[in-house]
Amino acid sequence: MVYLTRKCEFSASHYYHNPSFSEEENQRIFGKCANLNGHGHNYTLEVTVKGEVDPTTGFVVDLKDLKDILNREIIDALDHRHLNKEVPEFADQIPTTENLAIAIWQRLESKLNIATLHRVRVYELPDLFVDFYGEP
Amino acid sequence: MKAHLTRRYIFSASHRLHADSLTDQQNRAVYGKCNNPHGHGHNYALEVTVSGQVNPTTGMVCNLVDLDEAVRREVLDRFDHVNLNLSPEFVSEVPTTENLSEVIYDLLKQNFKAAHLEKIRLEETAMNSFEYDGN
Repeated sequence: MVYLTRKCEFSASHYYHNPSFSEEENQRIFGKCANLNGHGHNYTLEVTVKGEVDPTTGFVVDLKDLKDILNREIIDALDHRHLNKEVPEFADQIPTTENLAIAIWQRLESKLNIATLHRVRVYELPDLFVDFYGEP
Repeated sequence: MKAHLTRRYIFSASHRLHADSLTDQQNRAVYGKCNNPHGHGHNYALEVTVSGQVNPTTGMVCNLVDLDEAVRREVLDRFDHVNLNLSPEFVSEVPTTENLSEVIYDLLKQNFKAAHLEKIRLEETAMNSFEYDGN
């Protein structure tokens, strides 16, 4: 079994705000992330797939195919978007890095028929990242 | 859904690797220039990984403010800009990065309860790092 990781970047804006909380609670829990005018990040996404190395090609997966799927399913949907307003998963949940990693996994899992998804890692900042392994 | 969250912190400290149970010659042989008598320093980078269910109302594994506060109190206030050999934690232990990793893990395990501590990873330089998960 070999693990292969592909890295890509996207830039998006978001805010953290739960309408069931009072304004005071939103401020206390989410701090400056609760500003409804939003703010943005340069996200780095690392997608790790796993599989046996094909004896004829020497590949776990064709990188071109993986890149095409990442561009089509993730980058086109998230890059230069407002996550709260333009990405359906975040119509009713908060676009934290945790939820973003889960949403990316769910988008990829149903479309990634060329390899087995192992891990989705999303960096919101160089000093903050979330890993999701598909665990319930 | 269970997610893993990792946060990175920087601190700077000095140390000298010297075991009292070894002779001076043995210390030089084992620790090399890390045994130089007046010590030396590093910029350490600490990565703390916690895990847990993502809270459906906040979207968070834990509040970063709470994690930052715990790491500041337990690790950064204790070890940033100090001589590790003079810290109470290293009175009877050599302050190698292996031992420092265990000390930091234990401090966080005992004092941060808002999420499960998965592991810590400590970079002594950009070229070497150590991981400890309590085992």
